Amino acid sequence: MRKFLFRISAFVLAIALVVPLLAEGEESVLNRVKDRGRLICGVHGGLPGFSFLSEDGNWSGFDVDYGRAIAAAVLGSPDKVEFVPLKAPERFPALQTGEIDVLIRNTTWTLTRDTQVGADFAPPTFYDGQGFMLRKDLGVTSLEGLAGASIGVTAGSTTELNLTDTMRALGVEFNPVVVEETDTLYNSYEQGRCDVVTSDKSQLVARRQVLKDPEAHIILDATISKEPLGPVTVHGDNKWNDVVSWVVYATFFAEEHGITKANVGTFETGNPEIKRFLGKTGDTGKQLGLSEDWAHQVVYAVGNYGEIFGRNLTPLGLPRGVNKPWTQGGLLYAMPFR
Amino acid sequence: MSIPFWRDVRVLRVLLQVLFLIGIFLLAGVLYTNMLTGLSNLGLTLNLDFLGNEAGFDISEGIEYEPSETYLKAFWVGVVNTLKVSLIGIVCATILGLVVGIARLSSNWLIRTIAAIYVECFRNIPLLLQILFWYTAVILQLPRVRESISLFEGVFINQRGVYLPSPEPTAGLNVWGGFLLAGLVLAVILYILRAKQLQRLERPGFRAKWALPAFLIVAVLGWFLTPEIPFTLDFPVLRGFNFVGGLSLSPEFSALLIGLSVYTGAFIAEIVRSGIQAVAKGQREAARAVGLSESQTLQLVVLPQAIPIIVPPLTSQYLNLAKNSSLAIAIGFPDVFSIGNTMMLQTGQSIPVFAMIMVSYLIMSLTTSAAMNWYNRWITRNR
Repeated sequence: MRKFLFRISAFVLAIALVVPLLAEGEESVLNRVKDRGRLICGVHGGLPGFSFLSEDGNWSGFDVDYGRAIAAAVLGSPDKVEFVPLKAPERFPALQTGEIDVLIRNTTWTLTRDTQVGADFAPPTFYDGQGFMLRKDLGVTSLEGLAGASIGVTAGSTTELNLTDTMRALGVEFNPVVVEETDTLYNSYEQGRCDVVTSDKSQLVARRQVLKDPEAHIILDATISKEPLGPVTVHGDNKWNDVVSWVVYATFFAEEHGITKANVGTFETGNPEIKRFLGKTGDTGKQLGLSEDWAHQVVYAVGNYGEIFGRNLTPLGLPRGVNKPWTQGGLLYAMPFR
Repeated sequence: MSIPFWRDVRVLRVLLQVLFLIGIFLLAGVLYTNMLTGLSNLGLTLNLDFLGNEAGFDISEGIEYEPSETYLKAFWVGVVNTLKVSLIGIVCATILGLVVGIARLSSNWLIRTIAAIYVECFRNIPLLLQILFWYTAVILQLPRVRESISLFEGVFINQRGVYLPSPEPTAGLNVWGGFLLAGLVLAVILYILRAKQLQRLERPGFRAKWALPAFLIVAVLGWFLTPEIPFTLDFPVLRGFNFVGGLSLSPEFSALLIGLSVYTGAFIAEIVRSGIQAVAKGQREAARAVGLSESQTLQLVVLPQAIPIIVPPLTSQYLNLAKNSSLAIAIGFPDVFSIGNTMMLQTGQSIPVFAMIMVSYLIMSLTTSAAMNWYNRWITRNR
């Protein structure tokens, strides 16, 4: 009997020791992407100009181009990427569980998200701010005029919190209409369930284009928040976050130095930093765990920041605003390629 | 020569159970450590401290709440909203199901067919679709706020909800309350007397036959005798963007309530029908033969035998209704799941919040189930 019990307990102990080890096995997302030969990128999916699936089945948009840029840097081709449309509440769980490699979905960088939600942020690719859209014929021009209005907002967004904070500070009473999906939100707005819809101004501009009569709606001048939007990687994977961050810097750098999609192949320069950038000298690729021509691939695939912006957002009527290189008085600032 | 223990069935029986238990504990342990490892890799910890922090988000309807209150309070608002829609939904679905279930057995062809069509349509379409249908295709298609339909003085219907005048109590309410109390005492006495009389006569009958009119007479007399009118009506008025004042039912609440009641009502109708049909035909015929009327047969012979058959499946439908109310998130009604979802996103504490939501539903369901089981035992004993 004693021998039997001993065997049982030895068996139990062995399982208890082995199984937690199986659950471990952490490795960088970078290796996972390389092994798979494909990048999986979480996007919004319903936002013209940022990420939108056209009728012929092609993804296009500002966020989509950043997904392609990362694929080009890591895998050498902008087509080796799969886009997964996510609702706002789904995005962080999808990132935490490894369902997606990188999240590029109008996600605002906040302290709580950086520390509590298991997310790490790459440099913002778009500096946005929260605004309000409503029907022109209501004749409202300021936030104080919104007293008693029904204001539509998406659930679980920073917008929801900013709205509450601002209205509390102004002492303006309002009725929140909290909706989970962006499509439902604008649908409710168009049907008249809410008087006002609030979101990032870029989103309002993009969605106004697809309303029945875009001219009948105005966006108030008031901007109530800072919304730095950028790519997000899972918390604690520094290697992968470095790669994503430097892909973003590469697009900034290319615009600062006038390197474009068209001239990147033939760009002649004596500037040692640009030489390092293009992979002609130095080992920036090796340091990041990429091939030496990674930045070249990025610019060749999607162009520099100005080109990405011009292709996707200028047609919507969005001004560059602060989304200009620092040399022109904007906020885009590439760290040194050294 | 004794039997070796590995062939002793008494030992084996215990041993296998012990092994099975160890297996379950081990599995739970592995899953738990796995979760903790995963969380710590992401730099997250498990604790409930965040519940005391300021929630910061507003909630569109429910009990008194300010965005400056805690997450715990916000969660409680969600719990109350879920309870509200579930309880009202259960009452509506039961009434609807009872009426339709009896209608399905009607001898009138039209009533029978309409009831059958209702049951087959609503039972066979997914609930989520039905709720979205009520919300988008019915309620949001109502006129806009400025073009509200006004049925009576102070009753407005538009796509932002139904607005009714709300009774506001005045000082006269205390006096009238006294009359109501007196009426109630009188009604109880009359009810007992009537019940005793019926028992003595050994005759079935309506026990509240004296109590009900007596109560109504006292209540009406009291209303006129009270010097000040007990209630004044607060009428909703269109001010700025929306109606202010009065009672209002939000479109989200209405759509969810209609969807849940109509869907569950169809199932309850079938349960009621099957319960009634399970009572032997001879019982009904015998009741008619001794001279009971059709409604007396139903009340005194059929229903008392049908109810014990109906109650257990009915309990399951009540539980389903309460759990299905979590579909509220699709149309933005702030129930416990919807608010929990927002909390998860704002704090990143998915696992504790998920656990809280699950425990809330569990408590609600176990309570419902306990109450219904008690009711079932009570009616079976009192037969």
